[in-house]
Amino acid sequence: MMQATVARAEPIVPAPEKAPLLSVDRVTLRYKTPNLLITATEDVSFDVRQSDRFVLLGPSGCGKSTLLKAVGGYMTPSSGSIHINGRQVKCPGPDRMMVFQEFDQLMPWKTVLENVMFPLLVARKMPKAEAEALAREYIDKVKLTRAIDAYPHTLSGGMKQRVAIARGMAMQPDILLMDEPFAALDALTRRQMQDELLQLWEDTKFTVIFVTHSIAEAIKISNRILLLSPHPGRVKAEVVDVDKVSHEDGSAAALERDIHNLLFSHETGHKE
Amino acid sequence: MLSPNIIMASEVEATKPYDNVRPVEQKLSSFETLWGISALRKGLLILVLAVIWQVYASYLDNPLLFPTLSDTILTLIDRFADGTLPARIWTTLQILFMGYVVGTLLAALLTVLAINTRIGTDFLETMTAMFNPLPAISLLPLALIWFGLGASSLVFVLVHSVLWAVALNTHSGFLGVSRTLRMVGANYGLTGISYVLRILVPAAFPSILTGLKIGWAFAWRTLIAAELVFGVSSGQGGLGWFIFENRNLLDIPAVFAGLLTVIIIGLIVENLVFQTIERHTIQKWGMKE
Repeated sequence: MMQATVARAEPIVPAPEKAPLLSVDRVTLRYKTPNLLITATEDVSFDVRQSDRFVLLGPSGCGKSTLLKAVGGYMTPSSGSIHINGRQVKCPGPDRMMVFQEFDQLMPWKTVLENVMFPLLVARKMPKAEAEALAREYIDKVKLTRAIDAYPHTLSGGMKQRVAIARGMAMQPDILLMDEPFAALDALTRRQMQDELLQLWEDTKFTVIFVTHSIAEAIKISNRILLLSPHPGRVKAEVVDVDKVSHEDGSAAALERDIHNLLFSHETGHKE
Repeated sequence: MLSPNIIMASEVEATKPYDNVRPVEQKLSSFETLWGISALRKGLLILVLAVIWQVYASYLDNPLLFPTLSDTILTLIDRFADGTLPARIWTTLQILFMGYVVGTLLAALLTVLAINTRIGTDFLETMTAMFNPLPAISLLPLALIWFGLGASSLVFVLVHSVLWAVALNTHSGFLGVSRTLRMVGANYGLTGISYVLRILVPAAFPSILTGLKIGWAFAWRTLIAAELVFGVSSGQGGLGWFIFENRNLLDIPAVFAGLLTVIIIGLIVENLVFQTIERHTIQKWGMKE
């Protein structure tokens, strides 16, 4: 039986056979509040390969959202570097589409279709007909064809997040960055959205970085999990082959327990 | 037996999420629908006020102080028929339109500068802080010296009355655009003027519209007040001048007709123009319930 393995921080970088899509190299992120300079993450490194479902997992204060914003280009590392396809990340761009937690990420003045078409038109300079066809295809994938001409304020939270996901995926970005996209949803919708996201991945095998603070969600969604410790955020461990666990034989529950112990054990020694 | 058991409620069909909408939605009664139309409710109020006016003025029976509604309306129709009022309205609206458009364009320029540069922000904040509390009409004496008796003096005063209200509201609307939407705009690689036009303007549209409404109200009041002082060109003044002239002639029903015209135009712009814009924008977008 294949088993997901929890590797300690040191042996993360086994000489990769091909260049990773995204490489985050010894990145330290600091931001200012009116009277403090806060170190969000310190010396964090990881690689994301094509078609990875890469989850950043950790308790609040571990800088996972800040890390994702740095990958998105919204903040510059104070040291270290982030490269995507060999190019250094300097500013936000449509090759890294963000999906946010907040429902107000949709433009309230545009319908569902227009929301999905908008980045295709302005960022990819697509002709209108082509953009519309592509947008319709992705709206269909997230099962929102019925609401295609609705304005966002008439949609439920789950539907809004589906639109945001369709908008991100229709751009066919190098990497999709999801910042706790399901955190503001109710528990039932959340489970449904996780299943749908996995189905979408089976469909198109897109690359995604997913930030969450739910261990169960991380195990369900990912094939690799990066565990971060808080204050400041440092890499604690990486879990690989997460997709090999199964819920039938209890290995998922076991992995969840392992990760839980790892995150909440304060001694540096091995858990248990 | 100890294991959990699921008992199905057999008469409830397992429906697809959207199949069962029809029986859930029910139509309101026609009275509720009619009473829901605010224009209808307001129209009814105006009707009641009109009746009170007519009854009280008939009882007073002093056309020099307070003419009846019917007299006022007859005069109104009369002055419309002989072409005086339409000409006056046209003069007033022309000036108003000019001042309003110039004021709004200047406000747009200032706010775009303010949102893109820090010195622009400082300039806008200082200028609005200084000039917003200054009633535009108080600049009229100065404007008369600078530009003389004529349309340009009025336009100058109008620009002043529109500019600061629109700029202030637009700027605070821009600053209130959510961080998520700003990040979305940046994600699409939008910068500079296209970022302002495609993200900030629509996202801040409720505030912009409020600014435009306040600007309109200021401009309309200021213009009528300014016209009370002088006619634009000899003998061909606007609505304010019409009111002033007829007061001098002691033609009080005509004064009332002039006032009524000012009110009606105000109502039309407020209730037809701005509410139509509102219905097709921020109400449709759910930015105002």
